[in-house]
Order: sequence, then C-alpha cells, then structure tokens
Amino acid sequence: MNAVVRKELVAYFSSLLAYVVIALFLAVSGFYLYSNLSFFLLSGGFDLTRGLWQYQFLDMRQYMLTLLPLLTMRLFAEERRLGTLELLWTYPLRDVEIVLGKFVAALLVLLLMLAGTLLYPLLLLPAEAALPVEALVAGYLGLFLLGAAFLACGILISALTESQVLAAAVTYSVLLLFWVLTWNEAAVGAPVLWLLSQLSLFDRLYTFVRGGIDTADVTYLVLFSAVFLVWTVQCLGSRRWRGVR
Amino acid sequence: MIEVCNLTKRFGDFIAVDDVSFSVGSGECVGFLGPNGAGKTTTMRVIAGIFPPTTGVVRVGGHDVRREPGAARRVLGYFPENAPFYPEMSVQGYLAFVARAKRVARADRATHIEKALAECGLREVRHRLVGKLSKGYRQRVGLSQALLGDPEVLVLDEPTSGLDPGQVSEIRELVKSLRGQRTIVFSSHILSEVSQVAQRVVIVDRGRLVAEDSLEGLSGRLAGAVPLWVRADVAPEALRAVLVGVAGVERAEVSDGRVRLVVRDEGVVEAVSRAVAEQDWLILELRREALSLEDIFLRLVREPAQRSARAAEGTP
Repeated sequence: MNAVVRKELVAYFSSLLAYVVIALFLAVSGFYLYSNLSFFLLSGGFDLTRGLWQYQFLDMRQYMLTLLPLLTMRLFAEERRLGTLELLWTYPLRDVEIVLGKFVAALLVLLLMLAGTLLYPLLLLPAEAALPVEALVAGYLGLFLLGAAFLACGILISALTESQVLAAAVTYSVLLLFWVLTWNEAAVGAPVLWLLSQLSLFDRLYTFVRGGIDTADVTYLVLFSAVFLVWTVQCLGSRRWRGVR
Repeated sequence: MIEVCNLTKRFGDFIAVDDVSFSVGSGECVGFLGPNGAGKTTTMRVIAGIFPPTTGVVRVGGHDVRREPGAARRVLGYFPENAPFYPEMSVQGYLAFVARAKRVARADRATHIEKALAECGLREVRHRLVGKLSKGYRQRVGLSQALLGDPEVLVLDEPTSGLDPGQVSEIRELVKSLRGQRTIVFSSHILSEVSQVAQRVVIVDRGRLVAEDSLEGLSGRLAGAVPLWVRADVAPEALRAVLVGVAGVERAEVSDGRVRLVVRDEGVVEAVSRAVAEQDWLILELRREALSLEDIFLRLVREPAQRSARAAEGTP
C-alpha cells in the first residue's frame, strides 16, 4: 500500500494538481473568512468565536464539494486510460491495497489543505480572549470526515470510467444530490424527511460546526467512506474477472 | 516454471483461449507465436495474473495463479503490449515505485534498481520523465520494470511491436541477453524474430494450440513448405518442363517470369541446380522464399485439415 501512496503523492505534486487545489482552497476560504469576519464585526453583538467559525466551516464545506472531485478524478480513470492498471495487477498488490493507497494519498492532500487554514484562527488570536478550541477541533474533524467521504465517492466513480472529466462531473453531481436531498422538506412527509435527513451527507456537519461531536455523525461519515471504498474494490475485482481494464 | 493446463478463457460468449496446454521449463526461452487475435495476449495475461482462467489451471513457479496469486506474481515479471507508462514519473522514480510494489526489501532496493537500469541501458536517462522519452526507451523502461527484483519468470507481450528496425534489434538483443538464468516467454507475430531468440515455439491460432515444438523440429516439419524460385536464361516454360521432372519437386509453376517450385526438402536445391547445368543453361536467380507466419499457418493449420478432408473422401 505504501508504494501506491507514495506514487500517488508524487503524481499529485509533480503534476501541480495538489499545489493548485491547496492554493485555491486557501485563497477562497481566506476570502470567506474576510467576509464572515466583516459581517460579524459590522453587525456586532454576536458570539464571535462560536458564530464566526460556524459560518466559516459551512462555507469551506461548500468549496470542498467543488474542489475534491478534482483530486479523485484521475486516480483510476487515468490508470485505465494509460493501461497501467494492468501492470499494477501483475505486482503482488491486492486490490484493497491499491484502493486504500490511492485513498490515503488523497486524504493526505486533504489534510494538508485543511492544515493550511489553521492559520486563520491563529491570525485572530490577538482579537480573541482565547482560542475556541472545542469549536475548532469539532469543526475540523467534521470537515475532514466529510472530505474523506467525498474522496471515497470520487474514487469509486473514477474506477468506473476512463475519462477524468466524466469522473469529476459525475462525482460532483452525486455529492450535490446528497446535499440537496433534504431541500424538499415542504413536499415530503415527516417520516420521509427524517429518512432523507439521515442520509444527507451535508446536514451531518451541523453538530460539528457548533462544536459538538456526535458519534452517530462520525459513524455515518466513516461508514459512507467505507461503503464506497469496498464498492470500489468489488468493482475492480469484477472488471478483472471479466477481463476489462 | 510455467504450466498451462487446459486453459480456457471466455469473455461472455467469446472464447478467447480454448483448451490450451503447454509448459515451459526452467531457464527455457519460448516464443509464443500467432496472428493478431489468436489469444496470445489473453493467455499471457492469465499467466501474469491479470485475470483468472475461466477453466483450467495455470501455475507459475509451482504456484496456482488463482489460488496463490501473491506467490505467483512474486516470481514473475510481465511486460504488457505497448508498454504502458506513467508520463509524469522519472525513470528512476518509477523503478523505485515498482521495487516497493514488488516488495523488494528496502535494503536491496537501490541495488536492484541499479541492476535494472544497467541491464536495460537506462543509466543515462534515469532522471528524465518517462513521458519525454522516445518509444524505444519507453519500451526499455517497460522491460526494466519487468526485470526489476530478478523474477525467475519473464512474460513479455510483443516487446518489439511498434518500434523502428534499429530499436527492434536493440530490444531483441536485450531479450537475448536475458536468456539463461531466467525462464522467458515472449510473444510475437514475426517468425524470424522468434527463430533468433527462442529455443522452442508455441503457436496458437483462433484460441487453439496449433503446434508446440523446438525450432529444429518445426523447420523439419516445414521444410517442404519452403517454395523455391528459379530463373534461368531460357523461357520459364522450358525451365519448368525440365524442373518438374527433378526428383523431390512436388509442384512447379510459372509465375512472374520465374518458376516456383514446391519441394520436398532442402536437398532438392542441389538437384535443381544440377538439372539446369546439364541443360547448359545459366541460373540467374535461385532463392528460397522467406517463410512468413501465414505460410506456417497454411502448412500447420489448413493443410492438415485439407489432407484429413481428402482422406475422408477416400482420395490420396
């Protein structure tokens, strides 16, 4: 697995993709911080530490939806197009290792991306009495788990096509669907709405951004990732059996 | 080292490989011949562990590729047709990845990478990106990843396809230099290439095994198939009339200002030139037609079929 992680990291950084994604994320989330901060300062009277980070995390979530499919789109689609997947299959690597290796490499880029934004609370330190540690820990954990779920979903879709563009577009659409699942609250009955809200990926972040960690949310996000990763392994195995790259 | 027992591979309704059996001994170099679409690549992919056989058993180094895929892959180096590559990796970086993927012990990695670079003549380009190399060099990179870690078995799928003649002979020399300590199976659709490199050939056509023999055995069986072209300083019709009577000539026909002879064996060449000399004619041209793979197939596949058809009809 180690071999695959390293190879993917080399690919991320030598193709500049990782740099570009991280730089864009920092730039746009920096702008979010600026506007959120202005809003809170100009409005005044709000709980700055809680309220500011709550908005900031929700904004970052939205931008992650746009950026993360770019990290996963090439993971399998590119290998299939180049024909290199066939080569990987002749090495003593199990499919699980190939899938996990790619997932871990993408997770590391996500981690780096989020780590860059740790600068923001430090910048605000002079203005604050103390760091809102709980809110930050819960918020970042939520963002990381949500990001992992996006990546797992993107990996499966990348394994289904040879086209990177298609992989990104489909991943983005599937994730968006998970977001808007609960928007229809007026049109569906209470039980259905409850079910949809249980399935909704994005609503899972609300407890985290308010500084709380609910094991149900953590379980859901971890399970979501696991299901997609297992699905990817199954998918590779069945392609292999049928002799399609 | 390699045992293929009753291998059948189906893709849906399509039968790519149909009940093929052959084996390759330790240290042997075997050519795998067949026209495009004969099932060469499918067979090699099953040996390499890319996909499992539909029925039958394939063992590499004694390990069943389906039951013990890890152990089988550890003793095997595979070169896929067209040498797929990661364009953004450097040659050395790529080999470092392959060494890790093949689970070469950390302490031995550098030595193995150096050895593979040296064997494939890649030392000078080690820091260049694979995507920026010429096709010939990329092919070498493909071979180097197969060689890395000193696998006992090498399976090379058309290592010379798509190269210019200079590069073809370079790669061929490279494969030749690998013979001896390793067991090699390589596929090709060019007979002359196989005859230069391999000791034994396995021929497949439309998914079925057609022949498995040493080169001597095969050329013995094929000797009569080699047509002889003769031109002398007389009308070809007159020449034909004389040559058709020479012992060992099975058929003589006029074609393209020459006489084309189908002869029983190579010794007939002497008898032919003597017969022409006895007439006081001068031979202007006497050559053996190069055997193409198509001729071999005509000989090995179609002719026995025709013969058995004739036998069934009761005519000789």
